[in-house]
Amino acid sequence: MENILEGVNISKSFPIKGFLGKTKGTVSAVHDVSFSLKEQATLGIVGESGCGKSTLARLIMRLIQTDEGKVNYRGENILNLTGSKLQDVRKKIQMVFQNPYSSINPKLSIIDNVAFSLWENGVPKEEARKKALYYLDAVGLPKSYALRFPSSLSGGQRQRVAIARALVLEPEIVIADEAVSALDKSVQAQVLKLFQELKKEFSLSLIFISHDLNVVEYMSDEVMVMYLGKVVEKGPAVQIYSNPHHPYTQALFNSIPSMEVGESTLNNSPINGELPSPMNPPSGCRFRTRCPLVTEKCAGDLPPNVEISPGHTAACVLYERVGNEKVLS
Amino acid sequence: MSNVLELIDLVTQFSTKKGMVPAVRGVNLSVKRGKTLVILGESGSGKSVTLRSILRITPPGAKILGSILFNEEEILTKSNNEIQALRGNRIAMIFQDSLSAFDPLYKVGKQIEETIISHQKVTRKQAKELVIDLFRKVGIPSPEERVKVYPHEMSGGMRQRAVISMALACKPEVLLADEPTTALDVTIQAQILKLFKQIQTEFGMSIVLVTHDIGVAAEMADDIAVMYAGKIVEYGEAKQILFSPEHPYTKGLIAATPKKGQKGELITIPGQPPLITNMPKGCAFADRCSDAISSCHSENPELKEVKPKQHAACFLVRQKKEMITI
Repeated sequence: MENILEGVNISKSFPIKGFLGKTKGTVSAVHDVSFSLKEQATLGIVGESGCGKSTLARLIMRLIQTDEGKVNYRGENILNLTGSKLQDVRKKIQMVFQNPYSSINPKLSIIDNVAFSLWENGVPKEEARKKALYYLDAVGLPKSYALRFPSSLSGGQRQRVAIARALVLEPEIVIADEAVSALDKSVQAQVLKLFQELKKEFSLSLIFISHDLNVVEYMSDEVMVMYLGKVVEKGPAVQIYSNPHHPYTQALFNSIPSMEVGESTLNNSPINGELPSPMNPPSGCRFRTRCPLVTEKCAGDLPPNVEISPGHTAACVLYERVGNEKVLS
Repeated sequence: MSNVLELIDLVTQFSTKKGMVPAVRGVNLSVKRGKTLVILGESGSGKSVTLRSILRITPPGAKILGSILFNEEEILTKSNNEIQALRGNRIAMIFQDSLSAFDPLYKVGKQIEETIISHQKVTRKQAKELVIDLFRKVGIPSPEERVKVYPHEMSGGMRQRAVISMALACKPEVLLADEPTTALDVTIQAQILKLFKQIQTEFGMSIVLVTHDIGVAAEMADDIAVMYAGKIVEYGEAKQILFSPEHPYTKGLIAATPKKGQKGELITIPGQPPLITNMPKGCAFADRCSDAISSCHSENPELKEVKPKQHAACFLVRQKKEMITI
């Protein structure tokens, strides 16, 4: 199927301001990241805090300016667009944020929260409200809630409002940035299910960002694993989860507590140490300081993106091929 | 096996504008010596309040009723000074947010020294050495340097290790941990959980761990108590609760959590937990329960043994069992 959205070599670093606003250094938040989202598919992005997954989402949305790279929506680079053309594309890509307590306006009623973006786009008030009501119904909020204010809603209900607001502009792509992380398990399952139903109903393509590996597996067709601003492994979800290749992906999976009593995963040697400072990332492979399989080669050049199987790549020297032979595996 | 800690009919009420509101509504629990009890529940279920009630760390105006036995001695009737002597000394507590556990204006090492000096007869010099020892035990690299840093200079995982070292300072008999790994990344969480197991073997203490994460519970627990709306709905050995849950809420919670390799539909629990200011009559879960019968809405089910050592508070489970025995 065709790619609806593509990122090509996206990089972003933030300056660190010191005394009197002098730049002390830079934090490389996203470095040389490429991805593709197939039409009506779900791309899961997974990684620990500080890996750049949320920054990437904001770069795609143009909420922050990209340093380098391209974001192609249906073949057109949206990073150069301005004016009404940009407005049109923005409607096609919508976002749902993590915290439903700060992402919806407490001073607007539920229906107006959803209708707001339509008004901003010049839709008459009553028509916008009608449409808002339709989407509130689609996300499973009863009609009686429409005139209430966010303060009377629970976290799960607020997240439904945030989803309705994202859908009301009839986007083709929805980016969910940790959209279920703040919710309790029993409510989280409801919202995950809702995402899947809505995806079918409105033919959406999803980018689903989460630190929860099981949630990402459940939702995604393709998965991208990030570490310290770089993609370490990506490919079909089934492949990544059944046959992870990059030592970081493997370590990450070994760190999830298993749900089986007496089958402790903790003894499968979770990785040692902590995330190095992104102000001064390690040379070569950024994971090498914590990698159990580190070699001398890792500190030198950037690890190559090795194709493990069609569509499944891992950025690790362990799988580098000389000719047609694997060096190591 | 003797119980080091026992809660009997614990009720904790908060004073609000609308009068006294019960956050914990009659909890019975026992903590076995050297074992880990996990209290599992969602936000607002009263699991943290239960834990805080033990050391009387409750907001002003709160009322704690019932009975709390520590080594078979009632501590609920003790004076605040007597409780203060227990806190951090024989019963220690760890919170979710390690940044707020320390005073930002003092060096980390200094603050842990204070804990030791206030409970033990040691000189400052000895206390300093003890802190370095403790840092080494909880796996903080170059402890001699690390005792001299301020809390904000440590990473989240390192700070949680420092908090654990502070809790261990007086070799407590019971360690209360309130969501100790929730704010941490999974790789760091795995390190900290491993550390908990290590120190439990070494110090032989009992741990009461509060969490919302079934995975963490499975990893750590000997016994599990599942809380919902201020009450324990199911209680038993970890294996029983996770493999053969009886209460509809426990079943729903486990089914609603995506597992490794999960495909197909997630089973969801409809609705949301009731507010503590507006508790329904009868079973608090009845409105979300697909099998609820009329008595569920009018009467409160008690926690009763449904299988050997496994207790559930549900009319349906008992009814099913009676039908089988008939």
